[in-house]
Amino acid sequence: MEADITLRVNRETRWLTVDTRTTLLDALRDRLGVTGPKKGCDHGQCGACTILLGGRRVNSCLALAVQHDGGEITTVEGLADGPDLHPLQRSFVRHDGFQCGYCTPGQLCSAVGMLAEARAGWPSAVTADQEGPVGPGPVALSEAEIKERMSGNLCRCGAYAAIVPAIAEVAR
Amino acid sequence: MKPFDYRRAQDVSGAVALLSADPQAAFLGGGTNLVDHLRLGVVAPGLLVDVSRLPLDRIEPLEDGGVRVGATVRNSDLAADPLIRERYPVLSQALLAGASGQLRNLATTGGNLLQRTRCVYFQDVSTPCNKRAPGSGCAALHGYQRYHAILGGSPECVATHPSDMAVAMAALDARVLVRGPGGERGLALTDLHRLPGDEPWRDTVLAHAELITAVDLPPLPAGARTRYRKVRDRASYAFALVSVAAVLVVRDGRVDDVRIALGGVAPKPWRAVVAERALRGGPATEANFRRAAEAELAAARPLDGNAFKVPLARNTLVATLRELAGGTPR
Repeated sequence: MEADITLRVNRETRWLTVDTRTTLLDALRDRLGVTGPKKGCDHGQCGACTILLGGRRVNSCLALAVQHDGGEITTVEGLADGPDLHPLQRSFVRHDGFQCGYCTPGQLCSAVGMLAEARAGWPSAVTADQEGPVGPGPVALSEAEIKERMSGNLCRCGAYAAIVPAIAEVAR
Repeated sequence: MKPFDYRRAQDVSGAVALLSADPQAAFLGGGTNLVDHLRLGVVAPGLLVDVSRLPLDRIEPLEDGGVRVGATVRNSDLAADPLIRERYPVLSQALLAGASGQLRNLATTGGNLLQRTRCVYFQDVSTPCNKRAPGSGCAALHGYQRYHAILGGSPECVATHPSDMAVAMAALDARVLVRGPGGERGLALTDLHRLPGDEPWRDTVLAHAELITAVDLPPLPAGARTRYRKVRDRASYAFALVSVAAVLVVRDGRVDDVRIALGGVAPKPWRAVVAERALRGGPATEANFRRAAEAELAAARPLDGNAFKVPLARNTLVATLRELAGGTPR
């Protein structure tokens, strides 16, 4: 069964007809040629497919495209401002925050969403475990905070030792 | 994946009507569990009724001092909500102990309650599973049992309920509001999920077309301290082996009030009523905490592969109560 939907992808409006079974990940990659989001596990366990949907990071492999008709999407392709890379992209390059690179688009989109969450004062398991009142201001991102908040993005190469400092530098 | 139709519900009664008219229809919330099940072939509905955009996305204070949480409130918004963090830190802690930032941004309150077990055999259609395929058997009884139940299981099914949020809500005496074809009803959260018995395919007491619209959290007693503690195989982004949600009021060294729920050990959020009874009115001492935990776990029927959970649950419960009894209220 098919449905006509509209997606705003990286500031561009795209119209398409999708089978209701199509996920956002497959719609982006196979229908719209936006191959930045990667298909890792396809079960929401690895984070390689992470995109920003309405400014929030989500697993695009678990989101049906038809459910997000009209959605505003940013993928790794949309992070840069023209020729200028996003500060996180520059930091990943500087810190060598990858090896094979397959998880990187998801790591970057997740980190963009995560920094916005911390700025908005959202707690994490690390923050919430602290005694006494916390929030509502921005959360300072310690190494422990970054690791906890990025735990939905796996890196099979184990480049975490460079990913964490790359994010920390931008978070400062 | 079997083809399905998709409809976006315009209002609660419309959503209920769509499901009432179609026994093969299912509600779709955030989709983080259901979409995976569609792909795995665990379920194959003919129609998905999207309820994620229904106007049930508010967190509102109630006149009695409690809080009403709408069914479509996202897990991330609930965890970060100032009212929840102030009044029910245990709930914020439980939500943040579950899943990942990405999943919490999609998952809804109602969907979290209705998520299904992560038993590997339930999710693998090539293996027997009485919950997924009634009468086919239970592969876990002679298989991988690390994540399975020590309390409340049956010879038909030993799967555990995977939610962290629901464990905290069980300890908070939450009530679930439900709309069905016959109108609205409310039930205790601890009555929502059922034990498998000889009908393991029925996770909850809800009838087809009954929709969760909200969860009400009653006010906590004065001086209550709360805590969610989760033990798992990796530091983050893993399901609980054992978890404890506890609410404790200590006055003059005695337990004035206590509510405890355990996660990861049973087919439903396990309210530890035996331990609560053993604790109430008694001295708030480690020895008593240990006796109460042991009384609760006397009913445990572990499998070969998860016997470690009995001492793990006991020690986690004792450690949580000891911590709550030790400090200033929060």
